[in-house]
Amino acid sequence: MGNEYRIALAGNPNTGKSTLFNALTGLRQHTGNWAGKTVSLAKGSLSFKDKTFHLIDLPGTYSLFSNSTDEEVARNYIVFEKPDVTLVVLDATSLERNFNLALQVLEMTKNVVICINLIDVAEQQGIHINERLLTNRLGVPVIKISARNKKGFPMLLDTIDRIVSGAIECQPARLTYPEEIEEKINKIEPKVRELVGNQISSRWVSLRLLDGDESLLNEISKRLIPEGVC
Amino acid sequence: MSIQELYTEAQALSSSKLRDDIVEHLYDRSHTLCREGISYTKSNRDTRTEKLDAIFTSPIFGFPIMIVMLGVLFYITIAGANIPSSMLAELFGVIEGYITSFFTFLHAPDWLHGVLVLGLYRGTSWVISVMLPPMAIFFPTFALLENYGYLPRVAFNMDRLFKRVGAHGKQSLTMAMGFGCNAAAVISTRIIESPRERMLAILTNNFVPCNGRWGTLILLASLFMAANFSGGIKSLVTTGVIVGIVLFGIIVTFFVSWALSKTALKGVPTHYTLELPPYRKPKIFDTVIRSSLTKSWSVLVRAVKVAAPAAILTWVCANIYIGDTSILMYAVEFLDPFGKLLGLDGYIMMAFILGLPANEIVLPILLMGYLSTGSLTEVDSLVDLKQIFLDHGWTWLTALNMMLFSLLHYPCGTTLLNIYKETKSKKWTFLAFLIPTIIAIIVPLIITQTVRMFGLI
Repeated sequence: MGNEYRIALAGNPNTGKSTLFNALTGLRQHTGNWAGKTVSLAKGSLSFKDKTFHLIDLPGTYSLFSNSTDEEVARNYIVFEKPDVTLVVLDATSLERNFNLALQVLEMTKNVVICINLIDVAEQQGIHINERLLTNRLGVPVIKISARNKKGFPMLLDTIDRIVSGAIECQPARLTYPEEIEEKINKIEPKVRELVGNQISSRWVSLRLLDGDESLLNEISKRLIPEGVC
Repeated sequence: MSIQELYTEAQALSSSKLRDDIVEHLYDRSHTLCREGISYTKSNRDTRTEKLDAIFTSPIFGFPIMIVMLGVLFYITIAGANIPSSMLAELFGVIEGYITSFFTFLHAPDWLHGVLVLGLYRGTSWVISVMLPPMAIFFPTFALLENYGYLPRVAFNMDRLFKRVGAHGKQSLTMAMGFGCNAAAVISTRIIESPRERMLAILTNNFVPCNGRWGTLILLASLFMAANFSGGIKSLVTTGVIVGIVLFGIIVTFFVSWALSKTALKGVPTHYTLELPPYRKPKIFDTVIRSSLTKSWSVLVRAVKVAAPAAILTWVCANIYIGDTSILMYAVEFLDPFGKLLGLDGYIMMAFILGLPANEIVLPILLMGYLSTGSLTEVDSLVDLKQIFLDHGWTWLTALNMMLFSLLHYPCGTTLLNIYKETKSKKWTFLAFLIPTIIAIIVPLIITQTVRMFGLI
């Protein structure tokens, strides 16, 4: 079954993630527009060309720093379950706040598509978004859509299709931190790589260790490191 | 090197402001991206949202508007459900006639007809005719309010009260989900970060009536609470009673949260930011179809699925005799004194006990219990339904007590299971069972004894 792929949907609350999910999968999941409505993972599928995409709707979160269970659920899915593509859904009318999460996702995984939703609302409010420039800056495809009116879907699906078939290579721009932090990362990263290998981004794990994310640590020892080592 | 040692080493390197630096850097980067990638041609801010919020979340008008909205919602539900309810009841009555003739044609034994038609079919069909129309109206209307963006404002208003009782503002969101299903709402408490506040939300969610209980509440309210009124006033009084019951549940939620946060779950409420989304024009057609079809349907399926085995069990128990008393009557007589003390009876107590798997089946089981001992008149309307209750000595007090017991009693099996999964603690799961049960016993007890003392009944 080489043509089945898992696509995870991440995003802040109220960005229309669940609407996009429903529109794509044709599922009739009830959605509500408030913080943290999706609490468990909803799953659905769609066919595109000769492929099947399994969509996973992650809980809406503002960050992935494991402050609460739903942030952990979303983060663990992206890092440990390794979806083939992660769609980050952003609200076009409040991009500045939304980019935070997108940047965090880009640190964790490679195959990312940035979906700028509610684009019709944004254009009404006179907000113009240069998605080509953003694509260049971020190193991953940036696509404008309107989930409510099903605009931009062909482009979105085509991009996902081209990522999983290898026609597009995502090269997320690496976020460079102030020197002080970078030095610490450099000290820790080689040792992290010894432990986790290429299974997950050692740079990202180093950053989280420095941040003191203990729950991530437990997750890593539970999932990645064979018994007896720790 | 083990990962634990690595962590220790990282911590030695780390500084307390490292997280702040990371976040600040992320913000800087977002800002740069937006400055470069976004241009604005007009500067019309969304003033409509601000104006509406000034009304909906106003300290003066916020609460009255909420209560009125709730009232309107119930009024539409109750007033609109009457006619389709009787039509459905009539239809099921006609079908029952055909099924009975079919059984006669087959020369089926009486007990089989009893179990399948008089027990299972009649009980469930009544419940469907009573529950389906209100649900088909209530869910879409509620979903429209939600789609429009009003419900987060409710959470915003309620936040102040929750803070005051030591709980978290997000608890009102999980409560709102509880109106749909307590089991799902228990999972939704994951949005609350602090374990203490999350536990409060889990333990009190049960005090908002879920799908499975709306049917019971609406039915009993419309049959018994407004008996002396007619027409529009009747629906209005019924609405008032239901709004009252819901508000009472909310008051109990506050009280229990307050009591727990002063005792077993001590602590200061944490702060959070609740984002109020813009008001969006709901996609009316989609919403109505989605919520009325899927939600009502799934509730019904669940009711019938769980009710069928319980119905057969009830009927069998009612027809197996030890000596000259049926097993059912033994149980009923055993529970009766306790039930009477609460202004209920043994049948009602039994229905609630058998109803543990799902609240949807409490009413069908109660009916089947009554039917199996009562006179089996031909029943095909909701008036006859009331007659069955009256034959078993019901008054408005019985109805009120049953509504309160239904509102306050222990959570259903699925909810308890979810509570155990979420808390991973037998102790808290047991408390989630115990606290509501005690309250559900105390409240009707006080009411019944008071009413009897003053000789009101």
